Amino acid sequence: MSHVASYDSTLRGGAAMAAGVEVGQQRIEIAGRGERRTARWVQLTIAYLALGIGSLWALLPFLWMISTSLKSDSQVLVYPPAWIPNPAVWGNYEAVTKLVPFGRFLINTAVVAVTVTILELITSSFAAYAFARLRFPGRDKLFLLYLGTLMIPGQVTLIPNFLVISWLGWVDTYAALIIPAAFSAFGTFLLRQFFLSIPPELEQAARMDGCSYFGIYRHIILPLSGPALATLAVFAFMTQWNAFLWPLIVTNKETMRTLTVGIRYFGDDAPGQFNYLMAGTVMSIIPILIVFLILQRYFVRGIALTGMGGR
Amino acid sequence: MATTLKAAARPVTRRSGGFSPMRRQETITGYLFLLPNIIGFLVFSSVPVLATFTISLLDWDLIRTPQFVGLDNYIKLLTDDALFRKVLWNTAYYVLGTVPAGVVLSLLMALAMNANVRGIAVFRAIFFIPVISASVAVAMMWRWLYNTDYGLINMILATVGIKAVPWLASTAWAMPAVIIMAIWKTLGYNMLIFLAGLQSIPIHLHEAASIDGATSFQRFRYITVPLLAPTTFFVLVISGINSFQVFDLAFVLTRGGPGDATNTMVMYIYNQAFQFFHMGYAAAVAWVLFAIIFAVTLCQHQLQKRWVHYEHE
Repeated sequence: MSHVASYDSTLRGGAAMAAGVEVGQQRIEIAGRGERRTARWVQLTIAYLALGIGSLWALLPFLWMISTSLKSDSQVLVYPPAWIPNPAVWGNYEAVTKLVPFGRFLINTAVVAVTVTILELITSSFAAYAFARLRFPGRDKLFLLYLGTLMIPGQVTLIPNFLVISWLGWVDTYAALIIPAAFSAFGTFLLRQFFLSIPPELEQAARMDGCSYFGIYRHIILPLSGPALATLAVFAFMTQWNAFLWPLIVTNKETMRTLTVGIRYFGDDAPGQFNYLMAGTVMSIIPILIVFLILQRYFVRGIALTGMGGR
Repeated sequence: MATTLKAAARPVTRRSGGFSPMRRQETITGYLFLLPNIIGFLVFSSVPVLATFTISLLDWDLIRTPQFVGLDNYIKLLTDDALFRKVLWNTAYYVLGTVPAGVVLSLLMALAMNANVRGIAVFRAIFFIPVISASVAVAMMWRWLYNTDYGLINMILATVGIKAVPWLASTAWAMPAVIIMAIWKTLGYNMLIFLAGLQSIPIHLHEAASIDGATSFQRFRYITVPLLAPTTFFVLVISGINSFQVFDLAFVLTRGGPGDATNTMVMYIYNQAFQFFHMGYAAAVAWVLFAIIFAVTLCQHQLQKRWVHYEHE
């Protein structure tokens, strides 16, 4: 039972967090008087210094990667290195797409990420609605089973999942990349918690008027759940975009590889070609970066809710 | 807490004397709504957990018929596998290297951000870019940063007179290299959770303490630290669980090398299952990993009673 409790508090902590982050930007400064004003000044200086160093530390590797991606072979090996390549070799990006089917990797990744996101939203919101709003025998036991699975690391299910996929003859197909990821216990849990927070009065009125359960789900629950669905969507999308171990296992053909798997093999094939490697890596990061910059607040919420760092 | 969860949902009330037609309709509808998710859930999540355990009792290479060998895989793993011990040690090294340092650094950044600085959204976005980037991309990037002759890191070290470090080529430096990269990648994530925790501490407590003449260090020690303890606990548990499962970062940066210096438990599962096709053995490793994660999380949960106090208790 303690698992249930910890996930429950995680979720609520996450929700409080999302709210807290917004509030923080407009926090009212306590009026400083006399000597406290100096102390405040010192504090702020230290804070900005720490954040400045931290930001530099976070960004420098990316800047170095972009810089390298625009250098010619000989420029890469110049000592001391120049941060701004002169001339900038934009052709590296084109060269990469000729060395490996980069466009194909990109399409594969996009197809998988988009399809999984849509399927996960549909199946999870259906199940979440049943768990949150309908009464039927076995419901609470099934829900506990869902919660229990959340605790188990993905590696434990890896081998049977691979066996099922190869038994179905799905190795090197989109189905192998998409189907196992399309049913999320986590997404069900997340949406159920959100649906529970919607006041039931509206639905009761709709029931009185003879609205079906599906009608309630479609016309009341879904329209009121925009933020929760968006949070799950960006999270599912990012997870799929960055997934590595599963695509590595179920793809053999080069044309079925996703970006992460493709880049990894490219790294092995062209170990010394750092300008090409960096150009490929830049191209793999740009799409997710754009999605992130547009939908930042949903990312922040989704990541906080899932406890997902980097592995 | 479990009671809140249950109370929040409408209770399933069972009436004696069978289902009314309305109740029956609700049951059928309920299962229909569950159906698409639950099929996938059973096939790809819950049944495989049990299947993995069954497979771990087999000697199976996917070609010959599986042989039932009882607990032999576990016994061999725990008593007669030097590489597994090495892998276990590497994973522990990685966890101990990333978790405490990651927690401290991200807390420092969160404290700086909580000091009413301007541009919090910009800083947050910057710290988050490593978090949203794929581990594979990050590892590829750091492979170049760590390059002995032309990598940025050794060039920066050279400016302060430190000789080139053979990061990825040396058994001593490879694991620290993976650890530094992992801390870099997860900093923004932990920082965000700490920031939320800091912002949930009621500001009037700090005000009252200031009026009573508390210094900022005293306020940190006696207000921030105790009230942040639940958040710290959460970050520790999540970072611990994630660190034990490290794969992508190490696999792409070093491929487990040199000489198994960065070979970790999940990499061992991957190699046993998908390189050598020792399915039973790999399944046993997966269960041991699960048991370790479970035990460590349980220990943390027990220990928290000594240092984490929740407000509503």
